Amino acid sequence: MAHILFFLLAFVCVISVLGMIISKNQAYNALFLILAFACTGGLFALLGAPFIATVQIIIYAGAIMILFVFVIMMINVREGLPPEKKKWTVYLSIGVVVVFLVELFFAVKGTLVPLGTAPVEHAATPANLGRILFTQYLYPFEITSLLIIVAIVGAIVLVKKKEEQ
Amino acid sequence: MIPLSYFIILSVVLFILGTIAFFIKRDLITQFMAVEIMLNAANLAFIAFAKASNSLDGHVIVFFIITVAAAEAAVGLAIILLVFRQRKTIKSEDIREMKG
Repeated sequence: MAHILFFLLAFVCVISVLGMIISKNQAYNALFLILAFACTGGLFALLGAPFIATVQIIIYAGAIMILFVFVIMMINVREGLPPEKKKWTVYLSIGVVVVFLVELFFAVKGTLVPLGTAPVEHAATPANLGRILFTQYLYPFEITSLLIIVAIVGAIVLVKKKEEQ
Repeated sequence: MIPLSYFIILSVVLFILGTIAFFIKRDLITQFMAVEIMLNAANLAFIAFAKASNSLDGHVIVFFIITVAAAEAAVGLAIILLVFRQRKTIKSEDIREMKG
């Protein structure tokens, strides 16, 4: 059962990312990306991480993609991109991909072991995660809130129209 | 149980697809989306390894990655919007010189 679910989610995820590569329309790209993020959230739930799965759906597939869709709406490029003229980026991407494949093959080679079953005290429930987040990782957590405030202020200051214009 | 290697292989595939999309696509927004795909692939690997090693640290790191990705998306999209206002284009090959 879990295998069927994994292969279904993985298939949909990879297919939607491929669709994002093939499609020329930015709005379609955003929708494909939402599908891919939702499938990744399902995979997180399959890995026994319900809190991260929820955060993935709400933050990634919800908030971040809403931001993307808003910017696509504001930019509103009517004419599509002209067909590709320069092909060197394709060759560069092929080279980078081959290097990554070799490197990651060596990284993955040793991981052919089954997943262990988590003992109860380390289960990734939201309660356990919140406890570790507010004890061991308290300072990174607070710094993250500062980072978000800085990002909000920075985004507003960047996009705000000048008064004298 | 699903073997750990399945998740790692899926993570590798997603990361490579994100890299390909970043190099092939030529508008800034889609390239930004490709970066998000790469972040997601890394998150998947983190959660898989956290599950394999019975540790909660991977979950915490993924939580922080998602938070930083949200902040990065806000600032990055603001920059893209600013570039579009000044240059009237979001094609990355048209943006060659950096002048304020």
